[in-house]
Amino acid sequence: MGIQDMELLAIGVVVILFMAVLKQFGILEPISSFEDSSDSDLELSTVRHQPEGLDQLQAQTKFTRKELQSLYRGFKNECPSGLVDEETFKSIYSQFFPQGDASTYAHFLFNAFDLDRNGSIRFEDFVIGLSVLLRGSVTEKLNWAFNLYDINKDGYITKEEMLAIMKSIYDMMGRYTYPCVRDEAPSEHVDKFFQKMDRNRDGVVTIEEFIETCQKDENIMNSMQLFENVI
Amino acid sequence: MATGVAAWLPFARAAAIGWMPVANCPMPIAPRDNTKRQDELIILNVSGRRFQTWRTTLDRYPDTLLGSSEKDFFYNEDTKEYFFDRDPDAFRSILNFYRTGKLHYPRHECISAYDEELTFFGIIPEIIGDCCYEEYKDRKRENLERLQDDQEETKDMKLPNMSFRETMWRAFENPHTSTMALVFYYVTGFFIAISVITNVVETVPCGSTFNQKDMPCGERYTVAFFCIDTACVMIFTVEYLLRLFAAPSRYRFMRSVMSIIDVVAILPYYIGLVMTNNEDVSGAFVTLRVFRVFRIFKFSRHSQGLRILGYTLKSCASELGFLLFSLTMAIIIFATVMFYAEKGSSSSKFTSIPASFWYTIVTMTTLGYGDMVPKTIAGKIFGSICSLSGVLVIALPVPVIVSNFSRIYHQNQRADKRRAQKKARMARIRIAKSGSANAFLQSKRNGLLSELLELTGKDEEDQKSVSLLESQHHHLLHCLEKTTAHEFVDEQMYEQNFLETALQTFPSHSPSTASHDSPAVTCCSRKERRNTPLPSAGLPPSHPSSAHQSALHELSAIRIHCGDPLSHSTSRSNLNVKPDDSSRINSKSGRITTAIISLPSPPALSSDGDGLHGPLQRRSHPPSIQTTASSAGINIVKVSAL
Repeated sequence: MGIQDMELLAIGVVVILFMAVLKQFGILEPISSFEDSSDSDLELSTVRHQPEGLDQLQAQTKFTRKELQSLYRGFKNECPSGLVDEETFKSIYSQFFPQGDASTYAHFLFNAFDLDRNGSIRFEDFVIGLSVLLRGSVTEKLNWAFNLYDINKDGYITKEEMLAIMKSIYDMMGRYTYPCVRDEAPSEHVDKFFQKMDRNRDGVVTIEEFIETCQKDENIMNSMQLFENVI
Repeated sequence: MATGVAAWLPFARAAAIGWMPVANCPMPIAPRDNTKRQDELIILNVSGRRFQTWRTTLDRYPDTLLGSSEKDFFYNEDTKEYFFDRDPDAFRSILNFYRTGKLHYPRHECISAYDEELTFFGIIPEIIGDCCYEEYKDRKRENLERLQDDQEETKDMKLPNMSFRETMWRAFENPHTSTMALVFYYVTGFFIAISVITNVVETVPCGSTFNQKDMPCGERYTVAFFCIDTACVMIFTVEYLLRLFAAPSRYRFMRSVMSIIDVVAILPYYIGLVMTNNEDVSGAFVTLRVFRVFRIFKFSRHSQGLRILGYTLKSCASELGFLLFSLTMAIIIFATVMFYAEKGSSSSKFTSIPASFWYTIVTMTTLGYGDMVPKTIAGKIFGSICSLSGVLVIALPVPVIVSNFSRIYHQNQRADKRRAQKKARMARIRIAKSGSANAFLQSKRNGLLSELLELTGKDEEDQKSVSLLESQHHHLLHCLEKTTAHEFVDEQMYEQNFLETALQTFPSHSPSTASHDSPAVTCCSRKERRNTPLPSAGLPPSHPSSAHQSALHELSAIRIHCGDPLSHSTSRSNLNVKPDDSSRINSKSGRITTAIISLPSPPALSSDGDGLHGPLQRRSHPPSIQTTASSAGINIVKVSAL
């Protein structure tokens, strides 16, 4: 008596099931994942970063020594590894805006702080950015804002870039606003912005147009001084 | 907003400059931070161990003690530090909470001590981090169970006003509370055993009669078995009806498992009675007799082990379900495979897949009856795979069930152990408490004694020096006495007075302190075996102190044992010289049948026993004491036993 086809099929099914069950119980796993395990070991050590010395930072920024110490303590407490990656940054920033979705704007903000574009903010980036924002001159602040709006850092703010920024700002408001945020609100806001800023009507805003317009606008000038004494 | 990220708030505000150029209207004015101060180190002295941290670290959580101004209450000006008189080990984890934002529960810490610390420092336990939360909840649950167990002990104590129904229910649930209940318990247990044995013996072949051989006993001695069955069912019915009557919530009782078992156990008999004549359904009637075996489950009321087992199985329901499911899966797979493997061979017993189920089950559970055996090679291969995997599948859920059982069993043992220890504990605590009560009375007498001695001009004997705390406490109690114009007495005098007043007012109902069903007088036999005054007459007579109980209105025997406190003060001994001497003599001889009760002269008698006692005790002038003693001497009444 030979083994017929049906039985062959049955044998095959049973063997496959058996191996599946064994794999489930973890007995077969070492054989199949033998190659993968060695790679994962290398990734175990977390990347750490130590900032430059206090003196260099003092030279680079306009903070006093004590302020730098206090800032670093807070920074290190929240991010013990010394680096902030984008996800952590997004989650921290989103905690301040519980009603809306701050992740998009946080993404832009992250890029504005991450000067060397390596995907994580070090303490130096953090402190330099803060120094500009809090202790810098109005021109420096405006420069920083321009840098924030210019997503691809090509020196021009296009309508699309501005629209993205505007949408992200309106996203932070969330759904429950008065009056309700209409879908056209961001683009209308962008149009107004461009009307104000774009002098030569070429569809983009350059840094000079931006600074010039802002310096003429009293509201903007006043609000730039708003956060002087935050630290 | 999690205050842990409060450190980033300045950053978020600074980044808000990015909105400024886009805004069309002016921004609101920023709040001024006038209390800005440099970050300083704070020293927290916890029972001598100094912790230091930045002020801003503590300010992160302003709704806790350390983060708010509440800690100013603990500020020590001289040492410029905050002093807390708490456990420094537990404080570590609390301070770490401020530092890291995560609260951890140290495993070696007692759960209630830790909870107290958290409450003191104003931290809610719910924010314990995920890493420690499970452990915390488990320990908390265990603690709660322990507390609940302790509370359940009080269920055993009889409440003073229990209706007949409640008494009966209590007797059913806790058989050890009264003799009747115990008797009932054993009787029902006996009859359950009888019933089960009868059912078993019924089917045993009893030997041959002249016309048929080897009849089962049930058919040979029909009448006898029928009588036994009837008796058992009657007992069970009575029991069920009594339980139904006594149950506090009849609907809930009827839905409970035990009552359903009861009903199922006795129903076949009644159905059999009704349907005896009908031949058609006699087959069904025979089937019903199977249900009589459920009577054995009634034993679970009698055996705690059975209950534990049942409870374990119930709690392992999911594991059992998993076992069943995986077994079913495996059975179907292997049965199919075996069927197709054996299809080719001739005269194979594997006629269909369901027929192969039997083979698979027998093989997987390693029974191997051998009534169905594969003959082909493929069949034998799969048969061996089947038996190997059977062992695996069955062995897996079993340890889970075992560990569940062991956990529940140990819990039960723990409860029993605690119950046993509790008695000793309570006794010790009671002694300690009564010690303090007696201290007050003793100091009063000492005060009397010293006043007496002063009056008589003798030197004060060396009094036991009382600590300042004690004297203040006694003064407090004294103030209370003065306020209410009543006095504290010890049990003896109280019972004496109670007796006196009760005898006085015998025609009318005895004083309100008696329980309404049977006014009983407890005389303290020995100081240590004092019960709470006036326990009910419901206690079984085997109870030690009940030997001294008697209903007042029966006047069968009233005994007074006067114990130790005689030696305390001379004033008392003046009072009680006559009755005590005689009763002391009598007590030494054991059972007393006569009692000597001193009835004070009527004017001094008031309806309040305490007031009566007042003049006896408080009068410090010797003349009045002697008057009372003499009056006591005059009015000695002998009450004889009936």
